[in-house]
Amino acid sequence: MTFVGAADRFQFTTGATVLKLLFGNRNGRADVEQALCSQAHDFQSHHFRCFPIITENCRGCVALKPSQIIKATFSEILSGAMSIAADLGRVLILFWQVVTLAFRPPFRFGELMRQLDFLGVQSVALIVFTGAFTGMVSALQTYNGVSRFGAQSMVGATVALGLTRELGPVLSSLMIIGRTVSSMAAEIGTMRSTQQIDALRSMAINPVHYLIVPRVIAMILVLPVLSLFFSFSGMVGAYFMSMHSLGIDESTFMTGIKTYLSLEDITHGILKSLVFGLVISLIGCSEGYYSPMGARGVARATTTSVVTSSVMVLIIDYFMTALMFAPST
Amino acid sequence: MISIKDVRKQYGEEVVLDRVNLEIRKNSVSTIIGGSGQGKSVLLRLMIGLEPPDSGEILIDGDNIVGMRESELNRIRRRFGVLFQDSALFDFLTVGENVAFPVREHLKLSEREIQDIVLDKLASVGLLGEEDKTPEQLSGGMRKRVALARALALDPDIVFFDEPTTGLDPVTSTVIFNLILKTHSERPVTYVLVSHDVNRALEFSQEVMMLYRGQIVAQGKPSEIRKDPDHPIQKFMEGTFGTS
Repeated sequence: MTFVGAADRFQFTTGATVLKLLFGNRNGRADVEQALCSQAHDFQSHHFRCFPIITENCRGCVALKPSQIIKATFSEILSGAMSIAADLGRVLILFWQVVTLAFRPPFRFGELMRQLDFLGVQSVALIVFTGAFTGMVSALQTYNGVSRFGAQSMVGATVALGLTRELGPVLSSLMIIGRTVSSMAAEIGTMRSTQQIDALRSMAINPVHYLIVPRVIAMILVLPVLSLFFSFSGMVGAYFMSMHSLGIDESTFMTGIKTYLSLEDITHGILKSLVFGLVISLIGCSEGYYSPMGARGVARATTTSVVTSSVMVLIIDYFMTALMFAPST
Repeated sequence: MISIKDVRKQYGEEVVLDRVNLEIRKNSVSTIIGGSGQGKSVLLRLMIGLEPPDSGEILIDGDNIVGMRESELNRIRRRFGVLFQDSALFDFLTVGENVAFPVREHLKLSEREIQDIVLDKLASVGLLGEEDKTPEQLSGGMRKRVALARALALDPDIVFFDEPTTGLDPVTSTVIFNLILKTHSERPVTYVLVSHDVNRALEFSQEVMMLYRGQIVAQGKPSEIRKDPDHPIQKFMEGTFGTS
């Protein structure tokens, strides 16, 4: 019954269909083949992934065409690649429009201030709160690690480096993605669905200039500041954890930070946040701006914006870290 | 004057507009009627320049907007006012701010002058005193009236109305149509309406055109249409057009 296990595991309806045909049909192999062939056009590409499992576990029962498997697999890879390329293309076009329109009047300071308030001021509490707990956890885990070889004095420095270089920029970006990038995509997507973007265009107002430029600029300005808030509150959290729970004295904690934390660590963290801010705001705006009409389109845009921007932050973080903090050999 | 020449628009395999030819007289109230899915709103979107046609010409007072760059198109759009089917009020602005929005964007006026325009336009649609409400606090009919006030805020030369009474009860629909006529009598500019409400179109318009299967199949003045029982628009009203 490996076959049943495979079908169960993969949750593919093809597996269930074949099982039903095999065990529910008394006429044997010929009918199974015929039924499969007649239904093959109804199968979606992902169903075909189950075919190798079926053939391997049910050898002699079902004859499958390898060309069908290859075709379906290839088509799925191609459609996935085209979708990614289309998304990337849209983001790049939007980026170019933002760059050209950002320096063109009218400069919408009112809208920029509204976005700074929404993206920045209203996010401070969340960032400080999550930053403090991240710092406390970092201190605890670092202590658990370094105390094994008597390097408790390194807790402050390790937490500080981790927060300024990595955790501050990355986690603050992820928090902001959850709080604001999703709402950017939803708000702009809803405006598309309710003809508000058409209304802007009909009034001779460029929607990218009005809606997207202030959001992107605000995010670029706000995220580095929030990242610093995150790192600082994390250090405060780590400080209190070290003083009150881990028994590290203040001078040891602070000396470690002063010795090992350089200005470069902070500026590189800020640079990361700038890039993350640009990328996540462009993704959020792009998903909303090009979202299909209707509630489902807006919902999909919101989900996609969160997933894509989170993944992009982690990917970009790797490359920026590799470039900026590569160990010298 | 608006001239539409041989305009064609296709989405995928579906031909929505097939060689449409149409002329809309300056300063008239003209209504394009037709059943659902016949391409009325698409035709309106093409006239506003929100979408380009696949072929053909759309001339606004002699300027062909097809193929125009967005910046050139915006120069022409500044003379437009548009009332959208869903009102399309900005939900992050109050009623007053919605009406003030195009004025702030395009005219350099003092805040007092902008407020005077807002109050004047809201008074003309009977919504004075509602300027601090948000769009979600308004009924469907009130939203349409705010949208009408916003469409007229810049005193446009051409006003487009996309199904101005869809989703409204008959009494509110009459209020909206009366407001449209009232504002036109106060400032007689070109009004282009798209509607499936044929009775009201004949009552309020100076010219009625019927779009059927992507083509203008009939047009005329309401008085001529009423006289002719075999007129396609009369048959459309009776529900017999296109059934044989």
